[in-house]
Amino acid sequence: MSSVRLLRRKITSHAFVGFCALAVAAALAPLGFILFFLLSRGLSSLDFAFFTQMPKPVGEAGGGMANAMVGTLILIGMASVLGVPVGVLSGIYLSEYRRAPLSSAVRFCADVLNGVPSIVIGIFAYSLAVLPFKRFSAFAGSLALGVMMIPIILRTTEELLALVPATLREGSMALGATRAGTVFRVILPAALPGILTGCLVALARIAGETAPLLFTSLNNRYWSTRLDQPMASLTVQVYTYAQSPYEDWHRQAWAGATVLIFSVLVFSILSRWATRRLERMHLP
Amino acid sequence: MGLFRARTRTDESRFFRLGVGSVAFLTIAVVVGIALVMVQESRLSIQKFGWSFWRTTRWDPVAGEFGALPFLWGTLFSSFLALLLATPIALGIAVFLSELAPFRWRRPLVFLTELLAAIPSVVYGMWGIFVLVPFVRALQLHTPAWLAATPFFKGPPLGIGLLAASLVLAVMVIPFSASVAREILKSVPFTQREAAYALGATRWEAIRMALYYGRTGIMGAIMLGLGRALGETIAVTMVIGNNPQISLSLYAPQYTMASVIANEFTEAADNLYLNALVEIGLVLLIVTVLINALSRLLIWRMSRVRTATPQPAASPVAAGA
Repeated sequence: MSSVRLLRRKITSHAFVGFCALAVAAALAPLGFILFFLLSRGLSSLDFAFFTQMPKPVGEAGGGMANAMVGTLILIGMASVLGVPVGVLSGIYLSEYRRAPLSSAVRFCADVLNGVPSIVIGIFAYSLAVLPFKRFSAFAGSLALGVMMIPIILRTTEELLALVPATLREGSMALGATRAGTVFRVILPAALPGILTGCLVALARIAGETAPLLFTSLNNRYWSTRLDQPMASLTVQVYTYAQSPYEDWHRQAWAGATVLIFSVLVFSILSRWATRRLERMHLP
Repeated sequence: MGLFRARTRTDESRFFRLGVGSVAFLTIAVVVGIALVMVQESRLSIQKFGWSFWRTTRWDPVAGEFGALPFLWGTLFSSFLALLLATPIALGIAVFLSELAPFRWRRPLVFLTELLAAIPSVVYGMWGIFVLVPFVRALQLHTPAWLAATPFFKGPPLGIGLLAASLVLAVMVIPFSASVAREILKSVPFTQREAAYALGATRWEAIRMALYYGRTGIMGAIMLGLGRALGETIAVTMVIGNNPQISLSLYAPQYTMASVIANEFTEAADNLYLNALVEIGLVLLIVTVLINALSRLLIWRMSRVRTATPQPAASPVAAGA
């Protein structure tokens, strides 16, 4: 083999390694940009008023997103009331009856549901909970978010229940416990951090959703905790403010985005922590 | 605790299975429900326009004329351009993180790239408006004249438009494709690479073997990204310019299927208008579900190939997370 050819092969190889490193840099650059903007513009706009005050009328500076923050908390809380029990119980079914025909159908549907664009889920919630009552409502918004939680919680619950050692189940059964007793008193407590992980991952995902809320919970400039009325949410508020022509609203949009990112990060980090705990509990 | 004290164990077991099973059935009901609702709510438009809905370009709700071709065009154009930008970068990341990076860097780098997936799309949209759009505008002002004369780069320097949307989409899609491609590369038997190195291959040549071995799964990873890009709403709506026109120009403001639903759904005053928007959603649903199914199929076929070769058991958490 000629040395020229070898040199060319080596150069190609090094160029490839360089390209891969550049690719990582190219993907991390936007992340850096976003975090930089959040820190430089968002953090400086986060003041006491932002958390405690209501939005001011157009043209007046100041004000905050207190109602939107409470709104988001109510929306994701209500969504969890639907998403967590359905997701966890379905996950239990999938892990208890792995090979049942219903299980493969549910698994397939969960995968389909996970891929459905969130705007389509918004239309679904609109037809179910807005059209019949002729009124946008917080209830419709949390229905959309709750539906989005189900596939995420279901799959993580199933995966993480599988981590619980078979010996635990066998021990419980050998002592005379029934299947339901084994699941609810032995397996579920042992897998609790895992289930928590699933819920946190799902919360992290829905807390940042805007599209399914646009025509379900809509928005509200006033303080409202009523579930049958339109409700403000942080994401929709940021969306509206970012597209407005007002400088002060842009500032508040950055502040809102900072709060959003921060809460999503907290959910993600907590979920990682829970997973690690589960691994340490059950893996040698 | 009545549930645990049923009369016989068989009774109780059946009861448990029925109870938990009926909750599990809800997921199926929701998916079927979504499909039924979308068809039901779009039937006016389907009956009235038929196929011409997807062949005509006039979108004039006031006159009652609905042609959805510009939205279909905008969605496909922006998604494919995004994929074109994202695929090499996602593959580069996957290779770097699974083959090249020093072990100490891998965990933090994986964490950072996955963080990209956690950023809410409205924040991506803001980044698009305040950072990317001015950047694209500057790029446009510095486009050489001979290039600006071609149909791909003509138009006034607005900044908002297809290119800005595709750039945001590319960034949003990268973490998904990269993490699946990384799993695929991990599943390529190590003996493949060892054999290549033993024959004197360079790094690139050995990795090319691994990429070729995992081609099915990598196609799946790219498809997964496509599914995400097609359905993304908010970030795209904020930067694409929302103008229903069919243009080849990367700088032209265009419109996507998801964006038109997001923008006009609450304004849709009459039933036909609403039905037309839901029909767009229905087609979006069908396309994304098909793309996702194809992606799953490809990744699943790859994992079946993997089980045929002996592998050390991986932790299910690592595989799932």
